Amino acid sequence: MKSRRTTELVLLVCAWALGILGTLQVGWATGEGTPPRLWITISAVALIALAMHVVVRVRAKYADPIMLPVGTLLTILGLIMIYRLDVADARRAELNNAPLPTPDVYSQLTWFAIAGILFCGVFVLLQDHRRLQRYTFTFGLIGLVLMVLPLAPVIGTTVNGATLWIRVGDFSFQPAEIAKILITIFFAGYLVKTRDSLALVRTKVLGIGLPRPKDLGPIVIAWFISLGVLIFQRDLGTSVLFFGLFVSMLYIATQRRSWLIIGFFLFLGGAYFAYENFGHVQARVTVWLDPWSYADTTGYQIVQSIYGLANGGILGAGLGQGFPNLVPFASTDFIVAALGEELGVTGIFVILLLYAILIERGLRTAITCRDGFGQLLAAGLSITFALQVFVIIGGVTGLIPLTGLTTPFLSYGGSSLIANWVILALLLRISDRSRRPDLSKVSPDDAMTQVVPRVNQS
Amino acid sequence: MTRQIRRLSFVFGLLLLALLANATLIQVINAGDYRSRPGNQRVLLAEYDRERGPILVASDPVARSLETGNTLTYLRNYNNGPLFAPITGFYSLVYGATGLERTENRILNGKADIFTVDRVQQLVSGRQPVGGAVTTTINAAAQKAAFKGLKGKRGAVVAIEPATGRILASVQMPSFDPNRLSSHNPSDIREYYNELESDPDKPLLNRPIVSLNPPGSTFKVVVASAALASGRFTADSLLPGPKTYQLPNSSKKLRNWTGRECGPEGKVTLRQALAISCNTAFAWLGNELGAAAIRDQAEAFGFNSGFNIPLRAATSLFPQDPDAPQTALSAIGQFEVRATALQMAMVAASIGNSGRTMNPYLVQEIRGPDLSILQTTEPTQFEDALKPSNSLSLTEMLVNVVENGTGSNAQIAGVRVAGKTGTAQTGNDSPSVAWFISFAPAAAPKVAVAVVIEESGLAEVSGNGLAAPIAKEVMKAVLGS
Repeated sequence: MKSRRTTELVLLVCAWALGILGTLQVGWATGEGTPPRLWITISAVALIALAMHVVVRVRAKYADPIMLPVGTLLTILGLIMIYRLDVADARRAELNNAPLPTPDVYSQLTWFAIAGILFCGVFVLLQDHRRLQRYTFTFGLIGLVLMVLPLAPVIGTTVNGATLWIRVGDFSFQPAEIAKILITIFFAGYLVKTRDSLALVRTKVLGIGLPRPKDLGPIVIAWFISLGVLIFQRDLGTSVLFFGLFVSMLYIATQRRSWLIIGFFLFLGGAYFAYENFGHVQARVTVWLDPWSYADTTGYQIVQSIYGLANGGILGAGLGQGFPNLVPFASTDFIVAALGEELGVTGIFVILLLYAILIERGLRTAITCRDGFGQLLAAGLSITFALQVFVIIGGVTGLIPLTGLTTPFLSYGGSSLIANWVILALLLRISDRSRRPDLSKVSPDDAMTQVVPRVNQS
Repeated sequence: MTRQIRRLSFVFGLLLLALLANATLIQVINAGDYRSRPGNQRVLLAEYDRERGPILVASDPVARSLETGNTLTYLRNYNNGPLFAPITGFYSLVYGATGLERTENRILNGKADIFTVDRVQQLVSGRQPVGGAVTTTINAAAQKAAFKGLKGKRGAVVAIEPATGRILASVQMPSFDPNRLSSHNPSDIREYYNELESDPDKPLLNRPIVSLNPPGSTFKVVVASAALASGRFTADSLLPGPKTYQLPNSSKKLRNWTGRECGPEGKVTLRQALAISCNTAFAWLGNELGAAAIRDQAEAFGFNSGFNIPLRAATSLFPQDPDAPQTALSAIGQFEVRATALQMAMVAASIGNSGRTMNPYLVQEIRGPDLSILQTTEPTQFEDALKPSNSLSLTEMLVNVVENGTGSNAQIAGVRVAGKTGTAQTGNDSPSVAWFISFAPAAAPKVAVAVVIEESGLAEVSGNGLAAPIAKEVMKAVLGS
């Protein structure tokens, strides 16, 4: 297997160059001219990407070459759109004689830098992903604590009805994003140990083997925790993500379809319970079924999002030439609507394909991984991407009820960006091991002529 | 575990496909529908982003776009806004567009197909598209004269060039300032709009073309036309013109407004009946001709038809199936006969134009952004309403109205003016409506006018007293320019 590091570098340079073009287009199309700190920002992005590339080259030579450029390109697209929305916000403030808002793009860039450092940190600190398995329950516990942290007094913060943030001084953070990673590690470690007993079948109903009742414990606990997140933190998105992730991993670990079916019915039951008992869930569903009747109130966001997407059409209004700022929260939850308006359905296709590549490479890593823990972890991490992308983009485009989740790599927000880059680092760490040539199986002659020179070459 | 992962990746593939399909549905298949939804500000915002073409009266812009330097790059400015409001309409961030701003939108925003060549150039050169200009048929002097005459009253004036159907003036009172509805401040716009909406005089109503009133005695011109067309009557035919007319099958009696007989021994010629606006003679004539004949005549003048000038005018009405007493009342422009000022101007214009009713129009030319003429409206005929000989005879009768009859206030020194007064009741106790329709010079008219004045608290409203002087000023303005 070739290391393909040069391919990665070339793709990174392409992503970076696209970023420059996009930024210039925003500047020129909005009449702002060349962005004032263009040299600083593009140098910063180049530096971060290069640092990540170098670390991967040195520490994880055989890692997948596509995922890092894809993640970088998505982050850059996000930065461009955040800059574009900054311009729109500044314009609006100017029009209303309001003080100029602080641009978001620089803080997002700072978060990208921090994400880059953590990305590199993963490779430096973690030689082998299997070491994580030792701390299965520690991670599980920390993950759980992080999830409930926003409910703690003093530091917990409620924004727009959802209690997702902790705030210490000026610094606010969404701990659920980090919890997502720790809990995936926990699931992988836990399931790899218990999968044999969970896979045991006692009865068969309609040709589907049902698990023993005493093995239902874990899925029921996961279900209760999901409902807890929904009830106490009013966070529909994280709740769905958490439960979907658990059921998928359970299915992979046990190879029993019955878990999918049990999970599906538990989900339906939970969804019905939530719909019946919680106004905020009911409101989301009502708006989803008929956004036009609530176009001026609760459906405003989704209706504006659809107007924006429609305005984009096939080729888009062009960067800087649409009105993405008409959608509230355009830079966070609704960034795909903003990109869809200015880049058109073509842009949406590209973004979805980038995610498809990312998820496919992640799942491929899982398939080629040689240890059970690594397989489950890689699959679980890829599934978090897949579920997030479907739930948020489906919500923004009205395919499913809207739930608040960030769009991986694109959305404005530090916790999310950091978490997704750490996930990417972990996936690359696993892929390095699974793609690495197995020296023991190669004959000494082959090893001399095929493997070793390439090691030296790179 | 590999098989399970493959299966899941297949499921995620399907989910991504669903997202792609849904995005295509929104952005490609249903996009047009979403773009045209009334609540969608994006289309309007995009239009504020480019220079919208002007609406011109002669060569003066009455509506144009000025650069602001703000997010909404261009601001619509109306020179002399209230004067031209019934023509230009407004162009509002909140309430959309009306008037020519609405009907000529694709010209003004440069999206019409006739600009295709221009658009290709714009694409190549990277320029923002610039809208075309719309030149109206309006005569500024006539418009101003009518506006001045209506001041302090509630009503409308329409002037038409008889030979072509060009609309020379279209004025309403009260009017509104389109500048205030076309600003960039939504709360100001809403406030002003609500103020206009709650005004009992309804300034937002495009009175000249949509306000329907009973035409009263001016409708006698239509009945006289039908009488001549029937071949049974001439200007000199003697009609019964008693003090009162017993409505057929009814206990009610119709009176003359003078309360006297229209002529010696209760007999009057058609010419004299028109000159003194004899109700009893025309009520009799109405039943003599029958509702069908009057309706045919009215429809040849444009009643019961909708006109797009290109603003959509209200359809003037002659009732479908009136009985005998209703026919008698209809013949003097009462009962359910309703007409716009535009319609009555068309009646006058048609008689002046040898009986040819022309389609009225407001847009003379469409010009490119460089003001080169791209399209000129050619006059088109609506219908033949009168034989030329009958129109001559009717013209003579209408000149007699102004020179010797009820329309004396419309006389212009040195010019033969044809005209007819009217006063109509809008209901049993409701205040009356004053009308005057006329054209001049009688032999080869350059202008036909209809003036309608709705009640404004005046006890005695008469066509000659209130409406005729305004018509006179408008005709003088056209003839002098």
